[in-house]
Amino acid sequence: MSLTDLTLQGARDQLASGAVSSRELTEACLARIEAVDPQLNAFLSVTAERALTQADAADARRASGDGAPLLGVPLAIKDVLCLTGTRTTAGSRILENFVAPYTATAVQRLLDAGAVILGKLNCDEFAMGSSTENSAYGPTRNPWDRERVPGGSSGGSAAAVAARLAFGALGTDTGGSVRQPASFCGVVGLKTSYGRVSRYGLIAYGSSLDSIGPLARTVADAALLFGQIAGPDPRDATSMPTPVPAPDTWHDDLRGLRVGVPREYFIDGMQPAVERAVHAAIDHLRALGATPIEISLPHTEYALPVYYLIAPAEASANLARFDGVRYGPRAESEALWDVFEKTRGERFGAEVKRRIMLGTYALSAGYYDAYYGQAQKVRTLIKRDFEQAFEQVDVIACPVAPTTAFKIGTKVDDPLAMYLEDVFTLPPSLAGITGLSVPCGRDDAGLPIGLQLLGPAFGEAQVLRVGHAYEQTTEWHRAAPAL
Amino acid sequence: MFRMSLTSDEIDHIAALARLSLTDDEKSRYRQQLSAVLDYIAKLGEVDTTPIPPTATVLPLRTVLRPDRVRPSLSVPELLANAPESEADMFRVPPVLDGGADG
Repeated sequence: MSLTDLTLQGARDQLASGAVSSRELTEACLARIEAVDPQLNAFLSVTAERALTQADAADARRASGDGAPLLGVPLAIKDVLCLTGTRTTAGSRILENFVAPYTATAVQRLLDAGAVILGKLNCDEFAMGSSTENSAYGPTRNPWDRERVPGGSSGGSAAAVAARLAFGALGTDTGGSVRQPASFCGVVGLKTSYGRVSRYGLIAYGSSLDSIGPLARTVADAALLFGQIAGPDPRDATSMPTPVPAPDTWHDDLRGLRVGVPREYFIDGMQPAVERAVHAAIDHLRALGATPIEISLPHTEYALPVYYLIAPAEASANLARFDGVRYGPRAESEALWDVFEKTRGERFGAEVKRRIMLGTYALSAGYYDAYYGQAQKVRTLIKRDFEQAFEQVDVIACPVAPTTAFKIGTKVDDPLAMYLEDVFTLPPSLAGITGLSVPCGRDDAGLPIGLQLLGPAFGEAQVLRVGHAYEQTTEWHRAAPAL
Repeated sequence: MFRMSLTSDEIDHIAALARLSLTDDEKSRYRQQLSAVLDYIAKLGEVDTTPIPPTATVLPLRTVLRPDRVRPSLSVPELLANAPESEADMFRVPPVLDGGADG
């Protein structure tokens, strides 16, 4: 077994026992990135020198008796998160030269816990997409089949973890962008509750929806990262003071646990292998002692139209700051208004422009009440669906996505077909609740399938506990793609 | 209540509001694609939301206070480092107004 095959916890244990140094682990990851990533394009930048300096510092800290929770563990972060002195592009040409002057709180907390940061990971431009094909720097490829997408928008994060390029990664989830790529790449992904993790230093997409969460190879690894990044931050007034549960209270016995199975999440047109795998996973939870209960989330079908009004509306406002004045590059023109229009027209990609147009229209005079206002009201109904469901059940089990990974190029020119990929991840995002994607099977082509476990807002401990119990008694998460 | 398709004038208007210069090809593509998306979104009109309050944030409303103290922040050179053009601690841009003789 090579060093990069270790889980995050395994790497941590070996560091703690002195069996391996952070320099050795970091060099092993950097060597694997160099060997494998040209086939995947998961990294937009590799900060090798900086990582080795951090690794040596971690080894020195350990020699002096320091036992910080992630001391010396190599990780990587999605390129929408700022890290001082590193190029931070958000997958966009409008930020191609942007060097972050400050560090995101979630990243700083990893650094404070002793982590080594290997580099910045590819994603759909400004996190808008479900396939990572919208990156201005080329698509990331799925490690299980390089003709296929890794999902998105955190496709680089999921591919890097699946391909053993890093022991864990941070992604962001606005409408499914952690859970769906985790599902497509056969890794674990946690969408944290809105307000659980500080968004300071995250390049904003949909500010009422954006959340930062970990991707890792096991639930325990994801829980470890979650425990480090969660908690209030004076720099983000929406980060809540709700206590962060200790990540190590595991029980594999699920007796007494009520698992909701929403009938609206098993629909015509979904891939039969996905439906079979998710039902088998629910049967497995039953075998562990849980009680599945059929429930209804009646406003599910409206989540997609609600999301594709609210997120673009917020994006159109958030992306107004990219105008060629404070960040380069700038399109040259004699008049300031032309500078704005040309810089934005030339430097934003097709999907970003599409969403800015949609959001601008939804917020424009005469349409605001009919579109944005109505969407916000239906969002209330979607949130209430979940609140009522969690009066009857402890967690909800359902698919992450209706299909497994699709071929590169097949949906990129059909926005609606692409948006339908998010049909099971959007409702929890709109409700601001937490969701975990755990590997639960493979389709006929050998592509991974994810089980989505949803919990109430700030119920991360609950979904992690159920995910861990499932994972401990199944083998799906152990498989590695051949690269 | 809901409009199903966009005219080319509307596309021009939205692009102007969003400060986006679009090619003719982009305009015709977005007109078609956004009309299809709006057509799909129209199903929201089916939902009776008369007594329903809007959700702007999923979090409980609360007041977040902090001490009113000066804290370290980024320096001017750090803030200007990414600007395409700067001068004397300021971002430099082309003229905002059409220049008459008096500027």
